Amino acid sequence: MDHFPTNWGRPKYDGFDTNATYPFHDHGHNQSAAFAGATQHTQQPIVTGTSVLAIKYKDGIMMAADNLASYGSLARFKGVQRLHPIGDYTVVGASGDMSDFQYLQHVLDGLVISEEINAQDGHTLGPAEIHEYLSQVMYSRRSKMNPLWNSLLVGGVKDGQRFLAYVDLLGVTYFASTLATGYGAYIAQPLLRKAVEGRENTLTEPEARGILEEALRVLFYRDARSINQYQIATITANGVDISGSLKLETAWGFAEGIRGYGSQTQ
Amino acid sequence: MPDMSAIVNPQQRQFNPYAENGGTILAIAGADFTVIAGDTRQSEGYSIQTRYAPKVFHLTDRAVLAVNGFAADGNMFVKKVKQRLEWYRHAHAKDMPLRAIARLIQTMLYAQRFFPYYVYNILGGIEEDGTGAVYSFDPVGSYEREACRAAGAAQSLVQPFLDNQIYFKNQTPAQGSSHPAHLPLPDVLSIVIDSFTSATERHIEVGDGLEMYIVLAKGRTLPDAVTTLRPQELPSSAGDGERVFVLKRDLKKD
Repeated sequence: MDHFPTNWGRPKYDGFDTNATYPFHDHGHNQSAAFAGATQHTQQPIVTGTSVLAIKYKDGIMMAADNLASYGSLARFKGVQRLHPIGDYTVVGASGDMSDFQYLQHVLDGLVISEEINAQDGHTLGPAEIHEYLSQVMYSRRSKMNPLWNSLLVGGVKDGQRFLAYVDLLGVTYFASTLATGYGAYIAQPLLRKAVEGRENTLTEPEARGILEEALRVLFYRDARSINQYQIATITANGVDISGSLKLETAWGFAEGIRGYGSQTQ
Repeated sequence: MPDMSAIVNPQQRQFNPYAENGGTILAIAGADFTVIAGDTRQSEGYSIQTRYAPKVFHLTDRAVLAVNGFAADGNMFVKKVKQRLEWYRHAHAKDMPLRAIARLIQTMLYAQRFFPYYVYNILGGIEEDGTGAVYSFDPVGSYEREACRAAGAAQSLVQPFLDNQIYFKNQTPAQGSSHPAHLPLPDVLSIVIDSFTSATERHIEVGDGLEMYIVLAKGRTLPDAVTTLRPQELPSSAGDGERVFVLKRDLKKD
């Protein structure tokens, strides 16, 4: 048994994995001794988080992500927080490489502190400023061909304005009332759009929570890199609140009725 | 026999710094106006990322820039062009003329010749002589002034239509008459709207919304047929110069 997941190979069909979120397996072969001392660029993600979901609702922004950091197909760390508060108005949610995300947390926390200490001008960073800063960092790293391997959602409320935006390893940005990264973009985004579009100003907090929970549940059933523990962040005029680790309720009773499933014969 | 090809020819997955974000842009010059338009869908592959990401940007009182291709490069490029125009304003206390913006864009694009901005630019506006003008660029800065140009995902659908409707290609004028050199604004707007509804129908990366910018030469007013469409006028720095209007339309979202 080869115990190194990066040697296990890639799934047969990689059309769904254009950003190579599945670890690159043949890491040993292409490094000649001539480059041994050279700067290492263009890594691949190693410990990864899967989808992040976020929606606008009546009182602000709600964001959700599960607590798993995978090492290839191995569910390596099951208690990881992927929603990170920045300042008093903003939450950043990350999928992709978790060490790159930790680096970004360090950069952003430092930014908020230096802005608070050095500026002392009464201005504070809101979600729009955090997102702009983040997108410039992501774009400049991609332009150095040394990307931070993440897809990030930035959500927040400041001065009565809701803000929700996306930025990824290429520096591509966009805004919408529902956002989802990773597999969530294929599986959850259609569900979120159906539930939210046109209702951004009327959805209540319990309704918004229900929509995100249902989307997370579908992802847990279908995304093999997900787990049934998650956190939800709400950002309103009252500030940022990130829940503790919650458990998804799932039902597997239907499996018994499926022919060829489990220990059934014939 | 195990597969040895992976060892002999190691599979190298190189980071690709580019993406293709769909959408289409288009500009048509008239005698004393220019229309610059773009849809607002941003996509990657089969996924719609957002239904509203503007691709057309107001630069000065007489210049509007449309960008299409890799969205991150497009936004960065527009940001840098706007910055250069602001510096010009501080240095010379006036807006940069359109043909100078065109040359600036060519220089800025070519400066990135060996790591290009993957962006197709179309610049539209009013020239110093008061005529409508369209400048189109390739990603590394080759450019020319034209009467009309389409670029982006549905370029191959829209440009032939424009060749026929604007340049009257493959049309013969009625006996004793000739084709007009320039079409009036209401006709141009109809052609722009038809171009985008048609492109939306036949191209999956086009749709959601349409933004049309109208740049009007000094001293000219909008015809009644256009005023009834209720275009929104953008604030200008000088009250008596060129004017810029925006017209928004919905496109199919499927």
